[in-house]
Amino acid sequence: MFRRRGDRYVATFAVDEVRVLRKVASEVVGLLTDGFDHSDPVVCRLFPEAYPDDAAGTAEFRRYTEGDLKTAKIDQAGAILAALPGDSGGEVRLDAEAAEAWLRALNDARLAMGVRLEIKDGTDLGAELDDAVADDPSSSRVFQLSVYAYLGYLQESLLNALID
Amino acid sequence: MGGMAAPQVAPVETPDTHEVPAADRPWVTIVWDDPVNLMTYVTWVFQKLFGYSREKAEELMLDVHHKGKAVVSSGARERMEHDASQLHAYGLWATVDRS
Repeated sequence: MFRRRGDRYVATFAVDEVRVLRKVASEVVGLLTDGFDHSDPVVCRLFPEAYPDDAAGTAEFRRYTEGDLKTAKIDQAGAILAALPGDSGGEVRLDAEAAEAWLRALNDARLAMGVRLEIKDGTDLGAELDDAVADDPSSSRVFQLSVYAYLGYLQESLLNALID
Repeated sequence: MGGMAAPQVAPVETPDTHEVPAADRPWVTIVWDDPVNLMTYVTWVFQKLFGYSREKAEELMLDVHHKGKAVVSSGARERMEHDASQLHAYGLWATVDRS
């Protein structure tokens, strides 16, 4: 979890954490490049319709904003990939700009996973995880729910370090 | 909104210093509640993007959380579209509408 040290935001990651972070950041990049598809609910959530009742207005808005927004989201996911240590554990040190890019990228990853996992208002993550474990402890849902919860704690620790 | 940490809410009355005639602010940017964004993160984004005080930003965040949506800025249509795309960059669910 992140802590502030001077003007840097520092966290130490175990090798498994590095792998998970690399995987989720790469998946976001994949979604925004080769896999970009407006009919994907995850893409819909990351690029919301500006005018829900006006398809022409939304199309016009997208024409002017979507390219920059996509580039920004790819860059912020790239900030995670760039700062991670190699395929071992290690320390990550971020300056304020990189820390904000990480915050936004972690949020994008959580939004994407939240859509896939069908997280709703009032979803109790602990209960969801218990149910999934009872169902099949080796299932992908157990892994995804754990990663989702982990990213939330990581994001919150970075946010707390930033506003401290 | 996912409430991982409850925000500390200061009971401060924020005077509305942004009163302008309706004709000068025909468009609004609306932020909608979603189950993923952390309450603390949403508050931070409002402060960051709009320069709102902590109190004002928390008040807006709580409006989003409890009422399902809140108007976060108002003004010319182009300005609102700019605000919405900025909010999208931070992952908030924002739309533009007539006020």
